[in-house]
Amino acid sequence: MPDNILSRSSRGNEALTEKTVIDQSLLASVATTSWSGFLRPDGRKGVRNLVLIVYTVECAQHVAHAIATNEEDIHVIGFPGCYDNAYAIRLMLALARHPNVGAVLSVGLGCEYTQPERIADAVRVSGRPAEWFFIQQNGGTRNSVAKGKEIAARLREKIRRETPRVPMTLADLTVGCECGGSDGTSGLAGNPTVGAFFDLLVDAGGRAIFEETAELIGLRETMQSRAANPEAKQQLAAAYDKAERYCQSVRQYSVSPGNFAGGLTTIEEKSLGAFAKSGTRPIQGVIRVAEAPRGPGLWVLDSVPDEHFMQFGYTNPNDTEGIMDLISAGSQIVLFVTGRGSVIGSPVAPLIKITGNSTTFRAMADDMDFDAGRVLTGELTLAQAGRELAGLVTRVAAGEPSKPEQLGHREYFIMYKHQNTPTLEAGCRA
Amino acid sequence: MQPRCFQIQPQDNVATLLDDADGQIQILGSQPQEIRLLEKISRGHKVALKDFVGGDAVIKFGARIGHVTKPIARGAWVHLHNLASDVDDRSSTLDLHSGAPTDTSSAYA
Repeated sequence: MPDNILSRSSRGNEALTEKTVIDQSLLASVATTSWSGFLRPDGRKGVRNLVLIVYTVECAQHVAHAIATNEEDIHVIGFPGCYDNAYAIRLMLALARHPNVGAVLSVGLGCEYTQPERIADAVRVSGRPAEWFFIQQNGGTRNSVAKGKEIAARLREKIRRETPRVPMTLADLTVGCECGGSDGTSGLAGNPTVGAFFDLLVDAGGRAIFEETAELIGLRETMQSRAANPEAKQQLAAAYDKAERYCQSVRQYSVSPGNFAGGLTTIEEKSLGAFAKSGTRPIQGVIRVAEAPRGPGLWVLDSVPDEHFMQFGYTNPNDTEGIMDLISAGSQIVLFVTGRGSVIGSPVAPLIKITGNSTTFRAMADDMDFDAGRVLTGELTLAQAGRELAGLVTRVAAGEPSKPEQLGHREYFIMYKHQNTPTLEAGCRA
Repeated sequence: MQPRCFQIQPQDNVATLLDDADGQIQILGSQPQEIRLLEKISRGHKVALKDFVGGDAVIKFGARIGHVTKPIARGAWVHLHNLASDVDDRSSTLDLHSGAPTDTSSAYA
């Protein structure tokens, strides 16, 4: 993407700057910005210190939420199905062993397939305290809520007291990006601003993740040309081909009526705008849901179902699912780019809302964290916007609540899906 | 304020409006030019920078975003009625203004 469309036009036919050029002294100051994080037993560092309630069937959902109601730093996720699903279990475990999570309470009804005891066991192996119980064995709603509140309060006290604090910089951060409610400004300002920040994050030694391959339809060659090495190129081609086959088979591409009304006409056009969030650095490879990047740099998250005898649902049924996928890959912070506006948040990792549409920024001031529309008025260059966003990311990482956090947004969405089990090696790192 | 309209890459044959516009406007970006809009075009939507014939590629962000389904004059609105995806066969069935699907209408009966 060009550095700044408006200032370039005012300068006339100056050559296009293909790469985001980052002033080295600016990079040095952002890269050395340090804050205090939370050290986990596996060596990863979190930006929040949360107790996570994990419920294992829809029947336990009310009790799980009642335990966390009005409780600071106690978040909830869960799976609605009674029949278990390996993908959903891996996803929940990745969230339960996330760097921002210090302790876990798993709550089941008592007759579902997914086992809260095994979730607690797996979390304990990661060095975190974890407990579990069945509602049926604890006298129903009131008693279970009271028991859950007592356990959660005890776990919170323990992790507040015992979690070591540790200095963090951008090099310790994994940041995911998703876009939703896109309009004509998303590809011009919102996503390119994230792209400029991602370049800065990658140069500082951090990890950047964008999804998802179903929103990259039409860009097979463009994506491959960004591959860091032949292996990454092969992974990108395979992930692309799978996404295209999937979209053809369900006759649904990742583009919605609101996108069309906002001026986007084809999935290819939306894909190019979405791809702008990737910045300009090489793509290191493809990861899947619940799998962490295998090293620093820029990664693509493939959340498209693998071929399976049961074709579960859509690849990305809503924005919240994509955000959960990015968090499951270890993102301590997720960036959400919107044009038309969005009012979602997320548990486990803070969500930061960016819009390229200044009108939306003003109309939804309570929800929006960052006005990237200033790039389109010439107020900021893209590089300046990326750096300003880096400043916001470091402040949120240091504990400043993002707008969705301030509003109490903690939406999650975990559904049946099939993805082939990541390799054992990847599983250990995840 | 003059409505803003951007051509993103020099090879793009459409430009994107950032304000609702009508009449004579200035295209900003790599090849600044004047253009007369043949119709009102809304913010976020695209205007043709050349005369297209059916089958022509539409280029935005420097890449192909689909093909033209009927002739489009320079200055006209480029959207669902005259531009179709190369991969998504549902794109040409959507309501031009709302983008709402029309191929599932019977389900609401």
